[in-house]
Amino acid sequence: MNTFRLIFFHLRLGIMSEMQYRVNFFVQLFQSFVALMVGVVSLLLVFSYTSSLAGWSRYELLAVMGIHILTGGFIRTLIQPNMEELMGNIQEGTFDFALTKPADAQVLISVRQFRVWQLVDVVLGFAVLLFAAYQMQLTLGVWQSLSFVIALLCGAVMIYTFWLLLTTVAFWAVRIDTMINLFQGVYAAGRYPVGIYPDWVRTGLTFLVPVAFAVTVPAEALTQRLTPQVLLGAIVFAIFLLIVSRLFWRRGLQQYGGASA
Amino acid sequence: MKDLFSYYIGMFRLSVLEEFQYPVSAAFYMIDMVAEPIIYLVVWSSVAQSNGGTVGGYTAGTFAAYYIVWMLVRNMNIVFTPYGWEHRIRHVRLAMALLRPIHPLHNDIAWMAGWKVIAITLWIPIAAIMVWLFQPTFNPTWYQVVAFFVAIWGAYLVRTMFQTTIGLITFWTTRVSAIFELYFAGELLMSGRLVPLSLMPSWVRTLANYFPFQWTFGFPIEALIGNLTPAQLIYGLGAQVFWILFGVLIVNVFWGFAVKRFTSVGN
Repeated sequence: MNTFRLIFFHLRLGIMSEMQYRVNFFVQLFQSFVALMVGVVSLLLVFSYTSSLAGWSRYELLAVMGIHILTGGFIRTLIQPNMEELMGNIQEGTFDFALTKPADAQVLISVRQFRVWQLVDVVLGFAVLLFAAYQMQLTLGVWQSLSFVIALLCGAVMIYTFWLLLTTVAFWAVRIDTMINLFQGVYAAGRYPVGIYPDWVRTGLTFLVPVAFAVTVPAEALTQRLTPQVLLGAIVFAIFLLIVSRLFWRRGLQQYGGASA
Repeated sequence: MKDLFSYYIGMFRLSVLEEFQYPVSAAFYMIDMVAEPIIYLVVWSSVAQSNGGTVGGYTAGTFAAYYIVWMLVRNMNIVFTPYGWEHRIRHVRLAMALLRPIHPLHNDIAWMAGWKVIAITLWIPIAAIMVWLFQPTFNPTWYQVVAFFVAIWGAYLVRTMFQTTIGLITFWTTRVSAIFELYFAGELLMSGRLVPLSLMPSWVRTLANYFPFQWTFGFPIEALIGNLTPAQLIYGLGAQVFWILFGVLIVNVFWGFAVKRFTSVGN
């Protein structure tokens, strides 16, 4: 079975299923707008007292916020719903139905859901980013744009592997749905560049929950703070995490005993 | 009345027992508990430093104190989510609860109160670590500690009443997320959850006086970290009592209307 055909099929199915509820688009739009307003109010409040935060200017921070919203939207479109479904499957014993299908289980559980309305956040994040870039009068060279895209992709891959690694723990611990709270809480830290946090927090945000790679590193690429070493490190770390998560997943599958008759 | 009391104790114990069944789950929850205030703490300490040491009367040390106490207060005022009513109404839970001789709200209050005991117990070591890491400035008097202890339960009840009230909107429509999100956004800005209220512009502080939010977050925190005079403490506790009674009134009024609209099918 061609893996890519499988992925596209599920994507289409997910979109069609979501499109049934068109009102959800407006609901999502409103929610995203409220969240954006709260974020902007926070930034305005901070900048009413100071003109830069750890070396980042007002519009640079707005750009970081834009990337944060954008990536968050992607996570809630594709990564989070699939991992939540997997957690529920493992807890309720319905994961067996995914295992009995003639396709790779990891691919299957990763693409089953596609919350198309969460793409509103991706669009909104981009809009905020563009606005901030315009205000900063940012001029982007080829290298900068390319490193931005690569950094964004690596960040997305790392978030995926993080979710997969943690969800795989469910094979042993069964109920880990508060992991969702954990991720949302820690991801919120990504609204600001990780450089402002004390060392131990920054290390955690880089290597434990890769928020730094998902948000700060792309922002650094845009604002000319990114060094080639960091970009290379991001690519290597992403590949490393892909391999580790795959191995851990397979270990988890071996551990899984099945729950239905 | 004695039956109600033993009901509360029973729910209390059940709640504690249930939470301890899944330790990994509880551990993740604890990390989440500290994530949000650390973000605010770091950002505002940074702002204070680049502003000559203080912002709105707070230094890096007092910000640390504010947000460490925040962690406990935040856990104390977690109440049944208004989003939970949709689940209750659609599945048979609510019908079952209405059949019992005790108002369903007692179940919510008792159940979540059991959780608070765990929250307080787990907060103590976490706070100790945070104190070591962030070095807060912090010396409350004994009566401030007493007032704080009363205030956190007051905050719990205030928030219970108001979140229940907005949750009841679910009886009329299930398109509630817009209303709820606005409510939470307002609460975030006007309660002292995002930043101490003294940092917000004065028009926000004036507006906040018409809402119960500041008594659920900012007031208990400020009671402990040593900002308030005894007169202000008593005023604050009195305000909490007012908002609790007002909330109870509203809930009782709306509850009658809400249940009339409710029909259920099933076994």
